[in-house]
Amino acid sequence: MAIIVGGVGTTHVPAIGKAIAEKKHNDPYWKPFFKGFDYVHYWLARTKPDVAVVFYNDHGLNFFLDKLPTFAIGAANEYRSEDEGWGIPVSRPIPGDAGLSWHLINALVADEFDVTMCQEMLIDHAVTIPMALIWPGPAWPIKIVPIEINTVQHPLPSLERCLKLGRSVGRAIESYKQDLRTVIIGTGGLSHQLDGQRAGFINKEFDRLCLDKIVAEPDALTGYSIHDWIKESGSQGVEFLNWMAMRGALTGRVSELNRNYHIPISNTAAATVVYDTESGAARQAA
Amino acid sequence: MQQDIPGTIIFDGAEAQKGLALNRMCFSFNSAENRAAFLKDEDAYCRKYGLNNDQRAAVKSRNVLKMIEAGGNVYYLAKLAGIFGLNVQDIGAQQTGMTVDEFKSKLLSAGA
Repeated sequence: MAIIVGGVGTTHVPAIGKAIAEKKHNDPYWKPFFKGFDYVHYWLARTKPDVAVVFYNDHGLNFFLDKLPTFAIGAANEYRSEDEGWGIPVSRPIPGDAGLSWHLINALVADEFDVTMCQEMLIDHAVTIPMALIWPGPAWPIKIVPIEINTVQHPLPSLERCLKLGRSVGRAIESYKQDLRTVIIGTGGLSHQLDGQRAGFINKEFDRLCLDKIVAEPDALTGYSIHDWIKESGSQGVEFLNWMAMRGALTGRVSELNRNYHIPISNTAAATVVYDTESGAARQAA
Repeated sequence: MQQDIPGTIIFDGAEAQKGLALNRMCFSFNSAENRAAFLKDEDAYCRKYGLNNDQRAAVKSRNVLKMIEAGGNVYYLAKLAGIFGLNVQDIGAQQTGMTVDEFKSKLLSAGA
């Protein structure tokens, strides 16, 4: 049976793609951010996942406003990226696990999450940058199932809805007959705002509250409306929906193994976390 | 009634409907060929995408706040800004009336 070894949350700011290409890992501006991945690499070397389920938001590469799904899931054995127009390097393709994708799709729709099914889906920096940060080697040692959440066009799904989506994904993974080790990734955030006279808005106290609550009391965050969230976390702080879905997919008791929080990366409060699940911890100890 | 958030336009259905042509043009800038075509003949390119007068004026002025008022969404507008070599810190500075250095200092101070 498939198990969930844990979760990783990370920021996906485009500028990180440039910094990786220019090898700025030890540059004083970037070092406090990149060092947050030392623990991620250490933990992955021990937990050795086969597949990553990645919750992210598309920024106008695959989806346009003419037809915009609230939730979309990739069902391919390979995901390509392309030019996004702002000059970050294009990632090499990432292998997918279409078998797991279809299992998740069947389970999600049966569970009343009517996701858009995509046999072809371009992945943007919100997938490729976290992947490059988490698995920096020359070859991908992992396959992915990307799950896209609309954070562009309002109305957006609520925090509660995304938490429930994640829970549905978590149950589905644990009902998959293949012996797979999965890791759940949530990308984006934390507080930031790119648009309007309020551009540059960052809220350290609120980010800290979110990082504290999401571990053991994620339901406590569902009292915030999307409007509240924009007020507290900025227009693009709503990318935290991807984190809520990631957290929802983590089953049983969850603990925070590592947290790195740094302001700023570009216009954004950057965070990187690793969460453990009971089954992941038990498997590691065995 | 929700209280407005100062300096923030929520990109809802009304905004998305208003901004469709402008955002569609910006979406086209994922392609290098289209970026080159825009630079070669901006008027013709904007006409091709059916920008209304407000949108055309906003693009011409390079004023991001005006583009947002005309229905632009920042994820798409960033692709237009990229044509001029401007990143989100440059457009952040422009929208807040700061120099880029002042804007960067503001971000740094948020972490202090």
